[in-house]
Amino acid sequence: MSAEAPHVKGGIGQSILRKEDARFIRGKGNYVDDVKLPGMLYLDITRSPYAHAKITAIRTDKALKVPGVLAVVTGKDLEAAGLAWMPTLMSDKQMVLPTDTVMYQAQEVAAVVADSRYAAADGAAAVEVDYEPLPVVTNPFKALEPGAPVIRTDRAEKSNHIWHWETGDKEGTERSLSGSEVRVAQDLYIPRIHVSSMETCGCIAHMDSVSGRFTIWMTTQAPHAIRTVFALVTGLPEQNIRVISPDIGGGFGGKVPVYPGYVLASVASIKTGHPVKWIEDRSENLQADSFARDYHIHAEVGATKDGNVSALRVKTLADHGYTDAAANPSKFPAGLFHIITGSYPFAKAFVEVDAAYTNKPPGGIAYRCSFRVTEAVYTIERMMDILAHKLNVDPADLRLKNFIPPEAFPYKSALGWTYDSGNYAGALRKAMEIIDYAGLRREQAEKRKKGELMGIGISSFTEIVGAGPSQTFDILGIKMFDSAEVRIHPTGKVLARFGTKSQGQGHETTYAQILAEELGIPADDIRVEEGDTDTAPYGLGTYASRSTPTAGAAASMAARKIREKAAKIAAHLLEVSPDDIEWKDYAFRVKGVPTKSKTMAEVAFAAYTNHPKGSEAGLEAVDYYDPPNMTYPFGSYICVVDIDKDTGQVKIRRFVAVDDCGTIINPMIVDGQIHGGLTMGLAPALLEEIQYDEDGNIHGGTFVDYLLPTAVETPNWETAKTVTPSPHHPIGAKGVGESATVGAPPAIVNAVIDALRPYGVEHIDIPIHPWKVWQVIHGGGKPA
Amino acid sequence: MAAMARPVTPAASLMSPSGPLTRVEITINGQLYSAEVEPRTLLVYFLREVLGLTGTHVGCDTTNCGACTVHLDGRPVKSCTVLAVQANGRQVRTVEGLEVGGKLSPVQQAFYEEHGLQCGFCTPGMMMTATALLERNPSPSDAEIRDAIRGNLCRCTGYVNIVKAIKAAGKKMQSPPTAGGGA
Amino acid sequence: MFPPQFEYYAPNSIDDAVALLSRFNGEAKVLAGGHSLLPLMKLRLASPSVLVDINRIPGLSYIREDGGHLKIGATTRTNDLLDSALLRKSYPILTDAAQEIADPLVRNLGTVGGNLCHGDPGNDLPACMLALGAVMALAGPQGARTVPAAQFYKDTYVTAVEPTEMLVEVRIPKSVPRQGTAYHKIEKRVGDFAMAGAAAKLVLDDDGKVTAAGIGLTGVGPTAIHAVKAAASLVGQPADEAHLRNASVVAQGEAQPATDLRGPAEYKRAMAGVLAYRVLTHAVARAKGGA
Repeated sequence: MSAEAPHVKGGIGQSILRKEDARFIRGKGNYVDDVKLPGMLYLDITRSPYAHAKITAIRTDKALKVPGVLAVVTGKDLEAAGLAWMPTLMSDKQMVLPTDTVMYQAQEVAAVVADSRYAAADGAAAVEVDYEPLPVVTNPFKALEPGAPVIRTDRAEKSNHIWHWETGDKEGTERSLSGSEVRVAQDLYIPRIHVSSMETCGCIAHMDSVSGRFTIWMTTQAPHAIRTVFALVTGLPEQNIRVISPDIGGGFGGKVPVYPGYVLASVASIKTGHPVKWIEDRSENLQADSFARDYHIHAEVGATKDGNVSALRVKTLADHGYTDAAANPSKFPAGLFHIITGSYPFAKAFVEVDAAYTNKPPGGIAYRCSFRVTEAVYTIERMMDILAHKLNVDPADLRLKNFIPPEAFPYKSALGWTYDSGNYAGALRKAMEIIDYAGLRREQAEKRKKGELMGIGISSFTEIVGAGPSQTFDILGIKMFDSAEVRIHPTGKVLARFGTKSQGQGHETTYAQILAEELGIPADDIRVEEGDTDTAPYGLGTYASRSTPTAGAAASMAARKIREKAAKIAAHLLEVSPDDIEWKDYAFRVKGVPTKSKTMAEVAFAAYTNHPKGSEAGLEAVDYYDPPNMTYPFGSYICVVDIDKDTGQVKIRRFVAVDDCGTIINPMIVDGQIHGGLTMGLAPALLEEIQYDEDGNIHGGTFVDYLLPTAVETPNWETAKTVTPSPHHPIGAKGVGESATVGAPPAIVNAVIDALRPYGVEHIDIPIHPWKVWQVIHGGGKPA
Repeated sequence: MAAMARPVTPAASLMSPSGPLTRVEITINGQLYSAEVEPRTLLVYFLREVLGLTGTHVGCDTTNCGACTVHLDGRPVKSCTVLAVQANGRQVRTVEGLEVGGKLSPVQQAFYEEHGLQCGFCTPGMMMTATALLERNPSPSDAEIRDAIRGNLCRCTGYVNIVKAIKAAGKKMQSPPTAGGGA
Repeated sequence: MFPPQFEYYAPNSIDDAVALLSRFNGEAKVLAGGHSLLPLMKLRLASPSVLVDINRIPGLSYIREDGGHLKIGATTRTNDLLDSALLRKSYPILTDAAQEIADPLVRNLGTVGGNLCHGDPGNDLPACMLALGAVMALAGPQGARTVPAAQFYKDTYVTAVEPTEMLVEVRIPKSVPRQGTAYHKIEKRVGDFAMAGAAAKLVLDDDGKVTAAGIGLTGVGPTAIHAVKAAASLVGQPADEAHLRNASVVAQGEAQPATDLRGPAEYKRAMAGVLAYRVLTHAVARAKGGA
């Protein structure tokens, strides 16, 4: 930006350094496990080794004799208080502790309270449980077969089928597919993975029986929703419940659900009269906390022989574990999976999803994907490549031919979404130019002659984020607005509080930047707070890339309310009529006489010392923002891989990501989000999966076997942007936290399949381990 | 940095022990501490709970993630897999010891300037590994940096800016210090 | 996450350590780097009631040539292998292997002794010692004894070391002219256990014929595999492509892989062959003076 142009220090578009870093780089972050309260006790949990079993006895006498152990809680104790079961966010129910049957390996069976972590662990190891194993159901297809053992005997309907959901034009899609000149179909499985943020989950529950105040420090992305749920479930008065979400070491959706450990710590605090801390181990986190994905998908695409897509049909079986503990808006049991028509103008589409119970941990959470959008984008972007292969056309050309054009926006998809804005061809062309796509195809042709394997994969995704408009979105009935409360002090400094909760996204900086831009006050003079339900305005929290679209908008709107009042004070100070005042170049100016002006800081002082007669003192506003629509970030990613023919190892040579998140608040922070998201997209494509054997034993339940990408596997991600603002957002911003996690996996898979073209393979299910590639090369086509 | 002659005995005790205690004397960030601990007390919990130095974090239970990295006699190690008794008589340096006299270390400064952190949970361990690397080799290549931090997992940043930060810190360490700066 | 209670001793001499191991006769475990033992104890998969910490024994950490051998002390840290110019020059197989193990933080405490004695078929140094024809030197209540690497690995997590003994040193035949050694490994993710690994030592005569050979395989059996037939197939033969390829096929046949999270057995067997060829080729290049 030129030195001449008026700007505010720390406004929108500047890569200012982060305000929150001061404490983190000194090791002075305040995470839940850093908090220590006087008299605090510790909770540990005894867990089931069986995936499905009757509990015939629990003996706690040995545990109670362990030095330091004060109490043991079992399902029977909770049942007496009506707390053995609790509701899930999808109006199913889940056990806090079982009273007779365990339904997944690592399920909580008993809780031990002690005066130290070590003693609590000793106690948990000393609880004795007798089990009678029951038949285990791990295959969701088999779970739906007649005669399959029923897992949820507590439900009226004795079946493992949870729900069926469908949307779109079933008959029209069938007719269109039947009449298509070209048809392709593919089975795609997206296995279970885990968010695995570096900080595991935990809490400190403190019931103060004297004051009646219940305070819980919790690793939660949605503190207000948690407070209301606690009030409804426990009967404690909501004004006496305080949820504090301090610094959170990564959330990614895994810190949205209410886990049994939180309830157990709360019960333990009420029972003992002491604060009780529960911090889960990594193994517990991977083995018992809500998983992500686990969708068995069958997709069909119909097109003309010229390559114009016309019909999309998708049938999915969703494995939810033993209860539907998904964290979706209540009207959408399959989340926003029906964004699956993607960046393409399918005239006809039909999607159906069936959900099944299995003996596995419950879920699935929305893992950095705005509710099943990763599953949707993976499907459509794989199908476009499969279609391109069938038509023998270049996959970039096929996409460019089909993209919804910029003039079609706002665009209503066949499955009911109205996309706000997009420029899909612009993003793809930019990516192709940066990576020299034509040059890569030439190189590939040369390499193919020599039998060398190199692949290029594209993903041109459309995301749907910012949940969401009140007529369509709610979680357990609570609408998905979000909020900002902004107050300007006499000396022109700002305190702003939000209903969202950052877990590393940089809200203390980015919200300050929005406010700086709107108020003309430097970002350094603006303090942002989140996470304490006693002080923050009500919000639905941070996940699904919703903060900028909702709370960021609320910040703008609150600031504009303040500007409206401030203009009147400025008029009063400048002794003109309010109609003669305009907000221009970050100050209130007399129209036509711009040098006659007052800054917001000057107005703020006057708000407390010289406010106009007939108006109120002070200068603050709160806004609860109900977004009129979702926002639709998009992008095009291109991945280049080289494959070692002898070992099947895949190496990502280059990866270019062009993202469009509308207005960019802080380019440095946006790039950071994209880098992280891309690595979280590489992970399921090549490395991560959680599997269960026939007995329900987990494989991949510790970091020894659940392999996260390190800096060695992660390439140097290259990023670029196009900017297509959202027409309905106050600052045109769309949100970006999840785009890369959503867009990356199909780009990588498409590249691998492209490399393996000479072997005629159409698809390999993720994660693409080296032996799967080797089996294609050496084993004649179909990988195990 | 010289240790104080008389060790500090922390008031907090870790637990009601179920077995005999051992006395340990460990110098941490230049300060000598003396305490009685169970042999099974892990160094990371000694730091966090007995000494209240919560900058070192616990991220896993299988010695994989590196969030607990500290220096033991100058070498970066995973403190979740060291017994406090093993550190008896030795020197430990934690993230709290990077800032000296109110001045951030080049590594801390670079992580701030290059946006090398997001949630901050892996950051102390990452910076301790980086500090040890740069003390041995102040101008590592990108590949050397990525290899050096392969035992430190990060879920937020995708490592790109961490590598940039470590490179920038190395350059800082090679040029004369300038005044000011800091988060 | 938290180990159960145990008694802890930190003796200052090998004799004292052995005396403690004898006294507790099977109830005590040696604590060296602790990066195999402590993780097991934290998950409560192992609960020894006594730990004998050998890190305070002076003079147990060294890398030196002495007489006809390269001698490495039991508590030598794995990273010390990487820092050794002697190894890089004359025994690069150990530099190669050290670079593959876990991560630099683990290697700052993990010891050569621990990597050799833990008995996990995924550990990298055992295959190297098989290829090098190393001998393990043990100390026990009956005194000192040696066990050749070829007889050291009995089963998964079972070695020749008795519960009352400890490893004190590994002895490797001193490098000779026109000797080449190398170690190659492939894994799903850096630092993970091998999908397969191969170690080789070759000595060539002036005509390029192999006069001595040793091959070890990682991760393709219940223990590290000593590929004796493959090595024997090379002795007396020219070190040309055909013979190296043939030896790799033989080595492949000597593997006993099992399907697990690191790959199907069929894949691991094939990779044993691929890596045997690569490592033999590299050893030949080094024997001829290359890198």
